[in-house]
Amino acid sequence: MELTPVSYIRWIPALPLIGAVLNGFAGAGIQRRFGERGIAILACAPVLLAFAISVQAFLHLLSLEPESRFLLDRVAGWIDIGTMKADIAFLVDPLSCVMILVITGIGGLIHIYATGYMHGDQAFWRFFAFLNLFTFAMLTLVLGDNLLVMFVGWEGVGLCSFALIGFWWTDHKNTSAGNKAFIVNRVGDFGFLLGIFLIFWSLDSQGHGALAFRDIQHHAGSIADMHFWGWPVATLATLFLFVGATGKSAQIPLYVWLPDAMQGPTPVSALIHAATMVTAGVYMIARMNFLFAMAPETLAVVAGIGAATAFFAATIGLVQNDIKRVLAYSTVSQLGYMFIAMGVGAWTAGVFHLVTHDFFKACLFLGSGSVIHGMSNEQDMRKMGGLRTKMPITFWTFLIATLAIAGTPLTAGFFSKDEILWKAWSSEYGSPVLWVIGVAGAGMTACYMFRQVFMTFFGECRADPEVQDHIHESPFAMTMPLVVLAAGSLLVGFLGVPEFLGGSNHFHAWLAPVFEHGAHGGAHHGHHDVAMEWTLMMISVAVAATGVFIAYLFYFRQSFSAARVAAIGGGGPYTLLLNKYYVDEIYNFVVIGGTLLISRFLAWFDGAIVDGIVNATAAITRRVSAFNGMFDNRVVDALVNLLANRTYALGTRLRHVQTGGINAYLYVIVGAVTVVLLARLM
Amino acid sequence: MHGISLEHFLTVGLLLFVLGLYTVLTRRNAIGILMGVELILNSANINYVAFARYGGSSTDGQIFAIFVIMLAAAEAAVGLAIVLGIYKNFDSIDVEATDTLRY
Repeated sequence: MELTPVSYIRWIPALPLIGAVLNGFAGAGIQRRFGERGIAILACAPVLLAFAISVQAFLHLLSLEPESRFLLDRVAGWIDIGTMKADIAFLVDPLSCVMILVITGIGGLIHIYATGYMHGDQAFWRFFAFLNLFTFAMLTLVLGDNLLVMFVGWEGVGLCSFALIGFWWTDHKNTSAGNKAFIVNRVGDFGFLLGIFLIFWSLDSQGHGALAFRDIQHHAGSIADMHFWGWPVATLATLFLFVGATGKSAQIPLYVWLPDAMQGPTPVSALIHAATMVTAGVYMIARMNFLFAMAPETLAVVAGIGAATAFFAATIGLVQNDIKRVLAYSTVSQLGYMFIAMGVGAWTAGVFHLVTHDFFKACLFLGSGSVIHGMSNEQDMRKMGGLRTKMPITFWTFLIATLAIAGTPLTAGFFSKDEILWKAWSSEYGSPVLWVIGVAGAGMTACYMFRQVFMTFFGECRADPEVQDHIHESPFAMTMPLVVLAAGSLLVGFLGVPEFLGGSNHFHAWLAPVFEHGAHGGAHHGHHDVAMEWTLMMISVAVAATGVFIAYLFYFRQSFSAARVAAIGGGGPYTLLLNKYYVDEIYNFVVIGGTLLISRFLAWFDGAIVDGIVNATAAITRRVSAFNGMFDNRVVDALVNLLANRTYALGTRLRHVQTGGINAYLYVIVGAVTVVLLARLM
Repeated sequence: MHGISLEHFLTVGLLLFVLGLYTVLTRRNAIGILMGVELILNSANINYVAFARYGGSSTDGQIFAIFVIMLAAAEAAVGLAIVLGIYKNFDSIDVEATDTLRY
């Protein structure tokens, strides 16, 4: 493995950071002086420049041999204590190259979109300062050469997410959603930290203390047989890392913050809560693939959690009425697919779905933002409808992205999702159960996405008349990114056309150098049953088509009443779904209630026991002090005074010696001398 | 110089010393006391010179006597200045009156 040292990679994260600093500290003045246009240029230019540098890095990688495609930019030393060494260094390899292209590319589009969406906001500059800061943190996360730099980015994106969810902070709902996201993420971050500690500790105990990814990879074999409290270290460490991933990437059980995060401005939802930050967990697992490959138990957990999340989030998505919440649950569900891929060792498939999902989900979110913008901030789909003719660009792009997420053949989502499903079936870690759950989820995805399209864009408009009068297509700054992303949703899939469909799967070949160590033989080269692959693909397409058809019957033709289905079983199942399985309520009861219960007990303990002890100590101290004071006054002082009085009395008597008369003194002197002389003589 | 021995000088010195001591002890006038002190000093001078003449070969005694004369002059000046000060404060130079340092 050869590294090419370079020094331009640092500018990819540095440029957005500069933008963030300028906007953050001078933004208010710039906005007053040059208006929103100044801020917009200052915010978008660094991201677009970073994109250009990313492209440059990509071309640089292309010019190298596949097995030596590693560009390392070591900026400075950072921590160097004993065996612990961590540099501020950025690594571009095929995996992080894909990520930075996506982050700066789609991120740049979303920045441009946001200049239209946030138009007229007082704190225009603050929004872009945080958006730039987020881009910086996200790039640091993916470019980090070691776990600690990655962790800095990991925390940074969490912070920016918090700040941007609560961007309109005057509404209490927004700030509490921001708090929720931050706190839930802390739980995951704690797991991630424990994972880092465990990896470093175990490697260090084998004499290979390392934090850089390639060093960890190089020495990973040495901890294969290590155990910690009876657990294999690799399993335990990867489980901890996975806890971190569930927090950042919104998987069961830590997904609850993502739907609430929709309180943020829509570009934030698109950038942070669909395209970039939430994929950090997937990226991290892909980055650490060699370690996960050593721990089959963890992989099973990852796949199981991914499948469960993909399925349950899809069921919730079926009944939500808020246009952004549907997309939020859809994001959770799609991330579940990526984790299925990770869990069956299909790293490439997972990253591929990450990329395609970025395109269509960003397009969907931006489309929904365009709708919300046009509908005077209405988010309830029950009050929409018929927007197809009023917002044609939004409609067409939204429809294309919906087709892509539903897995319509030849769109991006089709190739990536199908690859995951095939791997879920055929990989040595996979199983038909995973496949069935995945296909069921895909069917529901198609159903709820088309439900959304039908409710929003077709039929009669159900909005208030005065809102209807204002419905308008969004400005160019907003429609341009939509068109680009929609085109991407159609086309990026062709990067990874599987071989049995006659493609050459460039994407797979591109990432192969990163994953070759983590790939277990059978997963990629084993039984390649083409007939089976065709069959499975047909079934999944059929299921998705059924989902679309059901949505069509219910929400377009209105052949069946959704209300009657909702009433099945006394309305119980519907209410259960509408309330998201009451997970928030359960968490409220168990976690928050439990915390309150413990807090109350501790408060009682503090008041009754601790304070009691303190007060008792105080009372005893007072008694002892009172006795001490008395002893001091009556005994010690009495002795001191006695001595003083005696001295005084003696002095009073002795002072009569001093007569003041010179003659008297002279007589004494002469007498004394005489006595001395007489004494000498005798 | 025959016939006058060391004892004669010492006798004169002793007489002078006793007269001086008597003056110092009995006078109530401050200047009188100073004068008594001068007598005592001079009795000492006589002893110095006499011992120097009869006792040994060196002239230390004579030199000492000159020092004492000089010292006496200085002492008289200081003493008279003090007496003047006393007079200013007490309108008297009677040592019985200057008893403010009493207990």
